[in-house]
Amino acid sequence: MPPLLEIDNLYTQFFTSAGTVRAVDGISYVVEEGETVAIVGESGCGKSVSALSILRLIPDPPGRIVEGSIRFMGRELLQLSDEEIRHVRGREIAMVFQEPMTSLNPVLTIGRQLTETLTHHLDMDDDAARARALELLDLVGISDPDRRLGQYPHHLSGGMRQRVMIAMALCCEPKLIIADEPTTALDVTIQAQILELMKELTRNMGVALIIITHNLGVVARYADRVNVMYAGKIIERGTALDIYHSPAHPYTLALLRSVPRMDQPRKEKLDPVEGQPPDLTTLDEGCPFRPRCRYVVDRCAEENPLLEPVSEGHLSACWEKDRLRGPLKEAS
Amino acid sequence: MAVVSGVPVEAGLEQIAPAKPWHAVAIDLTRRYPLGTGGAVIVVVMIVLAVFADVLSPYDPEENAFEFMLTPPGYQFWMGTDQFGRDILTRLVYGARTALFVGFSCAFIGAFTGLVLGVASAYFGGRFDLIFQRVMDVFMAFPLIIMALAVVSIFGTGTQNVIIAITIPFIPRCARVVRSSALAIREIPYVDAARACGFSDARIILRHMVPNVMAPFLIMISAFVGQAILLEASLSYLGLGVQEPTPAWGLMLQGGAEEYAESAPWVAIWPGIAISLAVFGFNLFGDALRDALDPKLRSQ
Repeated sequence: MPPLLEIDNLYTQFFTSAGTVRAVDGISYVVEEGETVAIVGESGCGKSVSALSILRLIPDPPGRIVEGSIRFMGRELLQLSDEEIRHVRGREIAMVFQEPMTSLNPVLTIGRQLTETLTHHLDMDDDAARARALELLDLVGISDPDRRLGQYPHHLSGGMRQRVMIAMALCCEPKLIIADEPTTALDVTIQAQILELMKELTRNMGVALIIITHNLGVVARYADRVNVMYAGKIIERGTALDIYHSPAHPYTLALLRSVPRMDQPRKEKLDPVEGQPPDLTTLDEGCPFRPRCRYVVDRCAEENPLLEPVSEGHLSACWEKDRLRGPLKEAS
Repeated sequence: MAVVSGVPVEAGLEQIAPAKPWHAVAIDLTRRYPLGTGGAVIVVVMIVLAVFADVLSPYDPEENAFEFMLTPPGYQFWMGTDQFGRDILTRLVYGARTALFVGFSCAFIGAFTGLVLGVASAYFGGRFDLIFQRVMDVFMAFPLIIMALAVVSIFGTGTQNVIIAITIPFIPRCARVVRSSALAIREIPYVDAARACGFSDARIILRHMVPNVMAPFLIMISAFVGQAILLEASLSYLGLGVQEPTPAWGLMLQGGAEEYAESAPWVAIWPGIAISLAVFGFNLFGDALRDALDPKLRSQ
């Protein structure tokens, strides 16, 4: 049986006056049914663009999917007509956006926004859609759903709005939900609640989840599989355990080091990743991480390493990946 | 499907202030916008006069009565009669009908067309936006009255053609203003969220974006009604608008101004006052509407 979602060699580029931005530069990954896959990386590394590419929501112009294939349940999404892709959006693949404050339309009631998807995709009549909306609000843990339906987004707190967004994503029982930094705009306790909720609902309903985040803590707890992205490429892939316990790419290692830890002395300084992410318009032959890398060797400037296995199911794109494995050694 | 356990439900439903009764809101607004209220009163009086014109006035607005030619204002004819003996007050009241009909038709058709085109232009962006805006630029390059004159000279005179002539120059003006608001809205994630829900472009434009540009749109409409009334009067005055014997303010002004400015000034003065008052009323109302709908001004 083919996997639920199979992205193969995807290139998404933005053609701007400053040059071609290679936002997604040949990524491939697979999402199995019911699985939670994380995509991690810092801002501007192409995480969101790769997610938007799946639903073909890249603004064109200036952006375009130049090459590659995205197969969803055996269908090639890049070859669907505009009409056909609209039936996939929201119906089979739903999306939860980053900013719950601005992802709901301020002038429409919660009820209208929830039922619109239902009447649109499932041809429900108003009463059935309303009943389903009530059920969904209850499911995502919103109290007094009957009253909430008549309220506007500004009546709700950020956490509740994100719950509404999740309810909207779930309403057509999609096969896959893409959550683009679903908790970034929320405070820490609410973040945990929302993530718990998403994890539990997707598990109960057998929905696969792609979760895009720069928060490694999120990854550790909630993802079955992790893809680490840097400069438009996936540079390491593995289970959460692989990534945490034996990172095989200097970037992942640097990211992990930069997270403040509870078990370190309080005076310990944070160890940030030095430098800036590269300019995606001027990538050369070599590894894009080399200016910031502590393990750089001559070969890094000449050739960009491919994603190759270091162990079963654990891949890394680094020439020095074997040196990194095992007990962590500090480079001079 | 069961309720998810272990997820603490956010406590505390915030209290929502109960809606005020409408008359309390009206009194509140009157106090804050006295000028706007004045404008609204003028507008409402005009509408009432226009609607009940045939009930209010005992005279026929179009039939000549040569025995009463150019009677000065007095007990029988409050505002006097014109050169054909028709009661000026009656003609003013019926003229309000023409003015409002033309004003509202032009403002609504022009503004709605501009609204949809402007939002669509912002939504699609790119080349469509560029070309569309250049076409609008061409229309905007003509002064309103010149544009209207051109249209009337092509289609001919008459109420319907006057409406077309005035509507066409309104479209780019509204489209431009609405587009600038819609451009900002285009970048807010809920538009992307709507696209991610699989809604069609038309649905996103009409149901998700249009309601969000209502504030500038309503202000445009109220300003357009005043402008349309003035334009209709101008065209009629120039003989390119509504034709005799239909009562229209511009026409009455023209008929009175040329020959009777000295001998019977009331023939021209009353329609002139009516035009000024109507435009003044709509502009005051529009101004107050802008202030009332602008959240930045409201908080002060």
